[in-house]
Amino acid sequence: MADPAQMFSGLGDVAVPEPEAAPAGEGGGFFRRLVDGLSKSSRALTGQIQQIAFDPDDSEAWERLEEALLLADCGVPATVEIIGRLEARAASGALAPGADLAPALAEEVADMLAGAEARIDVSARPTVILMVGVNGTGKTTTVGKLAEHLRRAGLGVVVAAADTFRAAADEQLEAWAQRADADFVGSAHGQDPAAVAYDGIEAAVARGRDVVLVDTAGRLQTQVGLMDELAKIRRVIAGRLDGAPHETLLVVDATTGQNGLVQARQFSEATPLTGIVLTKLDGTAKGGIALAIARELGVPIKLIGVGETLDDLRPFDADSFARALLGLGEG
Amino acid sequence: MLDSLSDRLSDALGDLRSRGRLSEEDVNAAVREIRLALLEADVNFDVVKSFTATVKERALGAEVSESLTPGQEVVKIVHEELTSLMGGGSSKLELKGQPAVILVCGLQGSGKTTTCGKLARLIAQQGKRPALVACDVYRPAAIQQLVTVGGQADVPVYERGADADPVEIAAWGIEQAKQEGRDVVIVDTAGRLTVDTELMGELVRIRDAVRPSDTLLVLDAMTGQAAVNTAQAFQEAIDFDGLIMTKLDGDARGGAALSVRAITGVPIKVITTGEKLDQVEEFHPDRLASRILGMGDVLSLIERAEQLVDKEKAEELERKIRKSEFGLDDMLEQLHSIRKMGSLSSVLGMLPGVGKQLKNANVDDAQLDRVEAIILSMTPAERRDPRIINGSRRARIAAGSGRTVTEVNALIKQHQQMKKMMKSFAGGKGRMPKLPPGMELPPELKG
Repeated sequence: MADPAQMFSGLGDVAVPEPEAAPAGEGGGFFRRLVDGLSKSSRALTGQIQQIAFDPDDSEAWERLEEALLLADCGVPATVEIIGRLEARAASGALAPGADLAPALAEEVADMLAGAEARIDVSARPTVILMVGVNGTGKTTTVGKLAEHLRRAGLGVVVAAADTFRAAADEQLEAWAQRADADFVGSAHGQDPAAVAYDGIEAAVARGRDVVLVDTAGRLQTQVGLMDELAKIRRVIAGRLDGAPHETLLVVDATTGQNGLVQARQFSEATPLTGIVLTKLDGTAKGGIALAIARELGVPIKLIGVGETLDDLRPFDADSFARALLGLGEG
Repeated sequence: MLDSLSDRLSDALGDLRSRGRLSEEDVNAAVREIRLALLEADVNFDVVKSFTATVKERALGAEVSESLTPGQEVVKIVHEELTSLMGGGSSKLELKGQPAVILVCGLQGSGKTTTCGKLARLIAQQGKRPALVACDVYRPAAIQQLVTVGGQADVPVYERGADADPVEIAAWGIEQAKQEGRDVVIVDTAGRLTVDTELMGELVRIRDAVRPSDTLLVLDAMTGQAAVNTAQAFQEAIDFDGLIMTKLDGDARGGAALSVRAITGVPIKVITTGEKLDQVEEFHPDRLASRILGMGDVLSLIERAEQLVDKEKAEELERKIRKSEFGLDDMLEQLHSIRKMGSLSSVLGMLPGVGKQLKNANVDDAQLDRVEAIILSMTPAERRDPRIINGSRRARIAAGSGRTVTEVNALIKQHQQMKKMMKSFAGGKGRMPKLPPGMELPPELKG
């Protein structure tokens, strides 16, 4: 279980309960698990990178590096930038022939990913966290897991099911809310999602809860009507509570290709984003799209999902991420 | 929106006509652009590599047709090669056995459950009696979702709750279907990662228990480079026979589908384009090729328009236009038939060449809502004959629709112009519905 202070800022004097004993077989510490999760996905990339006994004068070596980055879904512009940064290093003599390229690459990647505060600020009372994204990225699951993490951090949570469209989304979220012992504000199919978000905040204020998690329906960024609806949800939240939503997190599936960039761009136009949640990093997907998004929008990645269990929702750490992605282990 | 390959190639090669043969320099420049375009469309790196080699070979020394620019010539070659890479023609479901069993599998969130509902509806429309079996016992409320979707499609859903074993549920579901005389059974399974050996093993056991004639892998159109590994892993485990590509209503280019087709050799059978149950289509390789290249998808658009425009209504409309009886409610109906094709921007997105302009022109679907609100605030008599709309009526309509009198005036004026324009067109017999001004189709779509 991650230290709540790694995932959340603004916990203040909330009494953080003693961490519960990890179930057998789930130990190993944060970094180990991150590497475990990521190494599955980065094995191919690792192989390619590690084979590079890098010689900056060898054009084929640069091509292999480019191939590895493109295969990781970093996309052409981000790949070009990384290569450019490394070429600059090589030109200044900082990359000796035959030297291990990996640490330099990790540094550059970390440099591109590091940005604003990557923790989730929960100092406001109540803090409203709005989850948005395209269909099937894992919004509802992330809301469920986040609710449990917040509970363990000693915070009272309200979960609002503003996905009033997908069949049984409400029931799915309610199951998660029960597991996390959170208050659940449900909705009827087809109900106005903004009203559900409003009710969620009302409930939190009335009952003195600390955080409201608002789950929304998946929507493709091309659906103008649904993007307008999202902007409305945001407006209603902002109208009900000054400064809210305090966090608007875009959930991005790590298997996503270059369309992830378009998604991030369009969603940030409908509602300003404060962070990215990169899910499903436990598969064969390498999540290089996160690099492309971070580079273009300057939106930090706040959480990553490296597996199915609750503890597989992790705070994001740029350096570890870059290193684990390239299979470098603890450096 | 990304630039289409044709725009890029015309930039790279210039628009000079009749340059004769493509020089090596031209071809190299073109290949660079093709490579970038394909990578941005999420075509797998290895596929891009072998593909560009093929294109290069064909393009070198190729004769540029009189009527084409060098860029267009290269696009033609690329389009042909892409289409052939995806296999010719569309490929249908086998549906063999009594009952025929379809096993649906894929990663989490790819859209399996929704797709099952769409398949059920599609198959029911073909006069068969399908049933659904709910084997996703892991995701909370997945069974309820399938039950809801089944209800919408009016197809029975066999489920035994989330505590039963998926393999047993599947086998039991087939028995149920036999007893109830169902001839197609669609088995929905839980999303699983290919690295999850336990769940992959379960999938193999489900397959062995139900012996499907069609094992379908559901693939999200937005998937990146990982699509190939995923598909290969599923192929090794259960040797699927077809791909379903979902979420093609978005603006993802869908290069992953091409890669998977190229590397596994398994055909794409069906594509889905939205959350509603009727948003499912047959797959056409040439159309996906156009989409990957950003060339628009005119054929799909025409097909959709033809499906949605009621022939009788079209004839009625034509009669009204001839008699100059085209009222505001007819205009509203026209708007509706356009909107049934999708959001205005997605409709425009299917037209070639629109992509680039769209970046600047703000296509406002909300505007259509406003037009609708104004028309709906009129009385039937006003809609039939807007000439009776005087000052006080205008004020009432504006108040009723929450718009301004100026907007009401603009709409009435637009309607007059449209009526006039239609009157002048009324001589010809178009199959497409006439569109309001500003929404006219480009010349290549007319007639």
